[in-house]
Amino acid sequence: MTNRIENLTLKIWRQAGPDASGRFETYSVPSITDEASFLEMLDVLNEQLISEGKEAITFDHDCREGICGTCSLMINGQAHGPERATATCQLHMRKFQSGAEIVIEPWRASAFPIVKDLMVDRSAFDRIIESGGFITSPTGGAPDANLIPIPKPVADAAMDSAECIGCGACVAACPNGAANLFTAAKISHLNLLPQGQAERFKRVEAMVETMDEHFGSCTNHGECEAACPKEISIDVIALMNKDYRQAKLKNRKELSRN
Amino acid sequence: MSPTLDSKIPAGPVQDAWRSYKSDVKLVAPNNKRKFKVIVVGTGLAGASAAASLAELGYQVDAFTFHDSPRRAHSIAAQGGINAAKNYQGDGDSVHRLFYDTIKGGDFRAREGNVHRLAEVSVNIIDQMVAQGVPFAREYGGLLDNRSFGGAQVSRTFYARGQTGQQLLLGAYQQLARQIGLGNVRLFNRTELVDVVTVDGRCAGIVVRDLMTGEFASHSAHAVVLATGGYGNVFFLSTNAMACNVTAAWRAHRKGALFANPCFTQIHPTCIPQSDETQSKLTLMSESLRNDGRVWVPKNPDDNRAADQIPEEDRDYILERLYPSYGNLAPRDISSRAAKRSVDSGRGVGPLKNGVYLDFSDAINRLGRHVVEERYGNLFEMYERIAGENPYDVPMRIYPASHYTMGGVWVDYELMTTVPGLYAAGEANFSDHGANRLGASALMQGLADGYFVLPYTIGNYLAPMLNKPVPGTDHPAFKEAENAARARFQGYMNVKGTRSPDWFHRELGKIIWDYCGMERTQQGLEKALSELPALYEEFKKDLRVTGDAQSLNQTLEKAGRVDDFFQLGMLMCRDALERNESCGGHFRAEFQTDDGEALRDDVNFAHVAAWEWTGDPTASVRHTEELEFNTVHLATRSYK
Repeated sequence: MTNRIENLTLKIWRQAGPDASGRFETYSVPSITDEASFLEMLDVLNEQLISEGKEAITFDHDCREGICGTCSLMINGQAHGPERATATCQLHMRKFQSGAEIVIEPWRASAFPIVKDLMVDRSAFDRIIESGGFITSPTGGAPDANLIPIPKPVADAAMDSAECIGCGACVAACPNGAANLFTAAKISHLNLLPQGQAERFKRVEAMVETMDEHFGSCTNHGECEAACPKEISIDVIALMNKDYRQAKLKNRKELSRN
Repeated sequence: MSPTLDSKIPAGPVQDAWRSYKSDVKLVAPNNKRKFKVIVVGTGLAGASAAASLAELGYQVDAFTFHDSPRRAHSIAAQGGINAAKNYQGDGDSVHRLFYDTIKGGDFRAREGNVHRLAEVSVNIIDQMVAQGVPFAREYGGLLDNRSFGGAQVSRTFYARGQTGQQLLLGAYQQLARQIGLGNVRLFNRTELVDVVTVDGRCAGIVVRDLMTGEFASHSAHAVVLATGGYGNVFFLSTNAMACNVTAAWRAHRKGALFANPCFTQIHPTCIPQSDETQSKLTLMSESLRNDGRVWVPKNPDDNRAADQIPEEDRDYILERLYPSYGNLAPRDISSRAAKRSVDSGRGVGPLKNGVYLDFSDAINRLGRHVVEERYGNLFEMYERIAGENPYDVPMRIYPASHYTMGGVWVDYELMTTVPGLYAAGEANFSDHGANRLGASALMQGLADGYFVLPYTIGNYLAPMLNKPVPGTDHPAFKEAENAARARFQGYMNVKGTRSPDWFHRELGKIIWDYCGMERTQQGLEKALSELPALYEEFKKDLRVTGDAQSLNQTLEKAGRVDDFFQLGMLMCRDALERNESCGGHFRAEFQTDDGEALRDDVNFAHVAAWEWTGDPTASVRHTEELEFNTVHLATRSYK
């Protein structure tokens, strides 16, 4: 049965544009059903703002099923809020108490500049994928899909990494603003598979170095794993580091340059 | 303009059509491909795969998405799987059987030629995606695993846990990213199409709005591909992502592309029922759940016992009773109607009595909880997060919701619309699913169009244009379209009424759901057609968009999309009113058999209805393309 959550106070980051200075604004939500999702609560607030002639709060969201990775939001200092393994869009108001004060901020990371209010620009993630997050396999002429058997544990481990939704919570949660969990998830997805072996070392070198151009360095805090809505393990970072070290030897690029 | 609807399906037996087309198609030499520019709008499965493949071939490609990244497209949310006629299970599958199932599943309202090609290339898709590293589910021996889906008696569905769409989209996205990194594709993100530009009857390019700055810009090209998805959000509440819209297809329609079968919309049987008034969207629970879940309602409408307190003899397993040979795997349209009738008869379950049970207790007893968890674990978690109930302990509650649209922009065999040089791919076109789409076929069609059809057919159009000039963005037609778009968006700002775009969208959705949803009647559709223009007038007079037009403004974006949904909504109702038969997702209460099944009229309606824009959304002109069935014999669709 539905209950209502009463008297919420929201402190929300408002910022007119990338170069504008931002500030917290306080809003109150007098009552909302506990069946509502967190983003539906913001929808209701936005409808209220529009009816008052005020500009709605900008925030990124799309599928509202926890899979597209568009939604973000630091909620009370936690990326995607208090629920383990839950993207913001899957967080429901039944997890909050009446009278609560909720602080809502955008992802804070130098590689993710704020676009407006709670929306940030995560295209640095695309640059990492473009540099090597793929298996070169032009359309047409692929061999029969069952030609290379892949042991189930290998396929499962690749899938565990491939579940990354690219939301950026790992970066937002990291005190260094590092993207190691995101990058390593893609690297381990592809480097674990037989199809990924041909480009294994080229891939890891290119992706790690593109990552380093945009993001901070990893110092093993583990905040990324705790924030990840898909529970991707930081084990993948160890795998990435191992492959990167090997790549530096195998590719010999760095060695020959020195 | 009097459009001729020539499907251009090669003559001869349907199983030879695609091969003979490919043998005769005009080619563009590798060193000439770089002289052609192709615009691809949308970066879901169809768009990303088309953009990547065309760029690999050597064309200059500009790709547009309104998302921050191509990876966000709604293809990502598809859960259950992708069909392919691999027959890896040795259970009697074949290209012909997939073709037949799809034609029958579509209630004989799709073209044989297109569907046969789809079944043929389905096997290439799996090869392609595995080569790209899509981690499909595997058996312990390392071979690919399959599951079954509604409307089929073989196991031909490949899957990656409950996230098949995600893995396929990321595969296509990664191929696109590779081409972007190589400089072969220019990506325009957070950029939305606001108009299609034609010059001398040919598509010359598009006008877009930069969502970050509000600026309008023109892009010219030799060919334009719309891979912009379906229009299920016309219902407001649907399983589509929040930003899914009809704008690109609709703007193309207004520029001469006929819009086919808009009333063919799919209501998916297994979604989580609406729980409250603030609800912004509905969430799908994968059809694959029906492999092991049993759909039932209490026999007695006044039975208020908890599900596990209701003994077997007081339960009605509706699908197993009505459709014994397919049981819980009856197709979507049929399953949806069965659920609706149960709820309408007062036997709905849950606090609002607006759902039916999908019960896994038998499967858990038979297979053990760990097997059920392995198969559906992430779906069960998602259900628990949303509904607040644990489906291992209590049955899921489900109810139908708008999910997919079979109708769309009319295209011929080459996926070209009635505007030369303008193509539509994936859910945006109408071509392959007839009046009802089978589960796990949307991913198949998106990738077939993008990877294996467009790269051939676009060359056939471009080859004769070699070294001939095409209009650039300095052509007056572009300036005119830009100015019109600018004025349109400024117009939304200037109304300064009292209601938000979402308010109008919600009201629009209610009318469409009530009168053009799972069951339609002449009276209801006529009522909708009198209410919609009135509400649309109110939209024009009472809309309120706050903020400004010169920076990022999600309220303004929404206003443009709702405007187009209104116009489409009127066309949908007219199409439903004119189609005096029941078929697939289009169920007209006046046309049903004695036991309540859809009553098709093949004499008068074995055709595609393709609508022409006239400038007045209530006065579009209906054209028809007759459907020929030479391979499959028209038969009453039975799943009993």
